[in-house]
Amino acid sequence: MSSVNYNVLGLIFASMHDGALPELTKHRTMGSIPFGGRYRLIDFPLSNFVNSGISEVGVITKANYGSLMDHLGSGRDWDLARKKGGLHLLPPYSQTGGIYEGRLDALGNIWSYVEHSKAQYVILSNCDVVTTIDFNPVLRQHKQTNADITLIYSKGNYDGDINTNTTILQFDDENVINDVLVAPKIKGECNQWLEMLIISRDLLKKIVFDADSRNKVSFTREILQNKDCGYKIMGYEHKELFMRIDSAISYHAANMMLLNAETRNALFKYKTPVYTKVGDNPPVKYGIEANIKNSLIADGCIIEGTVENSVLFRGVKVGKGTVIKNSVIMQGAVIGQNCTISSLITDKNVEIRDDQIMNGSETYPIFINKNGNI
Amino acid sequence: MYTKKKVVAMLLAGGQGSRLYALTKNVAKPAVPYGGKYRLIDFPLSNCTNSGIDTVGVLTQYQPLVLNDYIGNGQPWDLDKMNGGVHVLPPYESQAGASWYEGTANAIYQNMNFIRRYDPEYVVVLGGDHIYKMDYSKMVDFHIANEADCTISVINVPKAEASRFGIMICDENNQVTDFVEKPKEPKSTLASMGIYVFSWKKLEKYLIENENDANAKRERGEKWSKDFGKDIITSMLRDKQRLFAYEFEGYWKDVGTLDSLWEANMDLLGKDRSLDIHDKSWRIYSRSSYMPPQYIGNNAKVENSMIAEGSVVDGSVDYSVLFAGVTIEEGATVNYSIIMPGTIVKSGAVIEYAIVGSDCVIENNVCIGKRPEQIGENRDDWGIAAIGHNVTISAGSVVEPSELVGENI
Repeated sequence: MSSVNYNVLGLIFASMHDGALPELTKHRTMGSIPFGGRYRLIDFPLSNFVNSGISEVGVITKANYGSLMDHLGSGRDWDLARKKGGLHLLPPYSQTGGIYEGRLDALGNIWSYVEHSKAQYVILSNCDVVTTIDFNPVLRQHKQTNADITLIYSKGNYDGDINTNTTILQFDDENVINDVLVAPKIKGECNQWLEMLIISRDLLKKIVFDADSRNKVSFTREILQNKDCGYKIMGYEHKELFMRIDSAISYHAANMMLLNAETRNALFKYKTPVYTKVGDNPPVKYGIEANIKNSLIADGCIIEGTVENSVLFRGVKVGKGTVIKNSVIMQGAVIGQNCTISSLITDKNVEIRDDQIMNGSETYPIFINKNGNI
Repeated sequence: MYTKKKVVAMLLAGGQGSRLYALTKNVAKPAVPYGGKYRLIDFPLSNCTNSGIDTVGVLTQYQPLVLNDYIGNGQPWDLDKMNGGVHVLPPYESQAGASWYEGTANAIYQNMNFIRRYDPEYVVVLGGDHIYKMDYSKMVDFHIANEADCTISVINVPKAEASRFGIMICDENNQVTDFVEKPKEPKSTLASMGIYVFSWKKLEKYLIENENDANAKRERGEKWSKDFGKDIITSMLRDKQRLFAYEFEGYWKDVGTLDSLWEANMDLLGKDRSLDIHDKSWRIYSRSSYMPPQYIGNNAKVENSMIAEGSVVDGSVDYSVLFAGVTIEEGATVNYSIIMPGTIVKSGAVIEYAIVGSDCVIENNVCIGKRPEQIGENRDDWGIAAIGHNVTISAGSVVEPSELVGENI
């Protein structure tokens, strides 16, 4: 971890694109969606900030942020319970009482927090792109190129029929962004925005105040896509693995991708760990008839059955004779004996009694609600 | 300004644990890893928190670096408190000169000012090298109900083993009438667990007395000691103070030797779950390693085992305990063994009935330990093989049962 960088303020939009995963965001924000056995999506941007030395982070919430508050607490587990900077949860209400619609009015609502910061630069991030990134080279490039705004992007395969939220960037010869397309109906390798950008605090202030007076709410529409805005918008290419979570299918697929060593090595680096709320669970206990293949299993599980190609979160119990395949089983599930389960996503604390058979498919995983009892 | 506390706990964590050999070469015994993600000291610290004791002094002396780092501000055990909390108390230099802790009683004597700040009614004295879950508040209640000066926690041990322990002889009201350290012919099977509750004013008096007596003896060139069992308890008995035995029922394991450390880990895998670390009402807390969940690969065979976060297993693991961040490659076999954090076991290696320390590299086709039945006639030669911390065992090497390896081979 680099030393502390007081010159950058991190802002995380915990609820951007909540609508893409209605099943999982019914009770929570995008940021508090459980992921990868022991994490919540917000752990990735938070850890990216912390591992880049940025220790002043505001989290902008929208609706249903109870679970997010519970997860973040004082920020201690991310080392963000600080006197200088630290973690701040920023509720969504404006002075007039309304909840924001877009990034610009969200920023307007919480501007007094940003105003108090001494930071010269602000990095904005969403929670729906899972990746590990060091922001220091981004900041360096931003300064060197004299950009007004630098968008972080990756090259990756894109299919306009499937990817619903992706913003595609196009560059001119000088590497300046000259076109920004939201979910275009195209296919092939594209420059995909990772929903992260860097901007100076002064410029952001000007943009936010200007938008407020003109009743503009969308940063993408009014600034990035507005060719008349006159800002120099550059791109920073992030060359490492990223996973966009924008549907139940991509959520399931991203969890399954963690079964690849390459994915895990790209996300969970020894020197830049992904921090999360500590659960104080004991190690996993495997029983006498346990049979595990190609699975990611979090602490606190007790497994006596067969688990293949699956991700099990903390404290899941799997009974004897039960076979689980291609599934994502969230925290606290109790699965009885002799069940057959495949392509299932269970939300937290689901109970599945003995002898149940539940088979989804990879293109259409079955989803079971929080506290569901089968 | 310190608030008064009813109970202050003093945890004796200076032990070297010399019978754990290479495993305690660079770490104090209470910092020895146990049970996949714990260190021994997690048990008394978690017991304190769960018993409502929020002021704990940890007395360190031998190799304190790892232990100090581990305890930190006490946050994992909820012991980062404005008033009270956990305090690491190393030996220090005063106007009278610098002095190492000269025994368990002297360690507390030298830190009487720490205790006095909280003006407690009772002081609980604990060790840092036992595995057990115990509600100390019940023992304090027992102490109060008996109007005792000192209460000693005891456990009923098999008669054959009684001569290994400090044995308490009690009347029908649990009042202690005699105490014998490691008797050849034990008159009772109530063994001291090294857990004491003292009424603080009484303890203060006896600590000062013992200190003065022992120093006087030293000046006269006589044998002296400053030890709880040997000196404080004996003096209190001599003076007809009210000493009571508090009988503990449940899992309690002294991990003083490699064999008992191995057994204590294996106990977590047995059917007889008398130590249930999955019990949410009495959690054992530990400092987290921030590693991703464990990955069990396509070629893995994992049964009857306990495995901690961050591990990657693609080999065969049976009846074993794997700590955080352990790698078991495809084609490696680990049976009836304990592999401590960060160790890599490469393809073709076979580890049986062994303890391997942290951050070791076990190269291809290494063979460590053997099953007792493989030994043949002379079973006396058989024992747990042990590898220290940060040791590399080069490809094809053989480590025999009972062998202890502390350096690269």
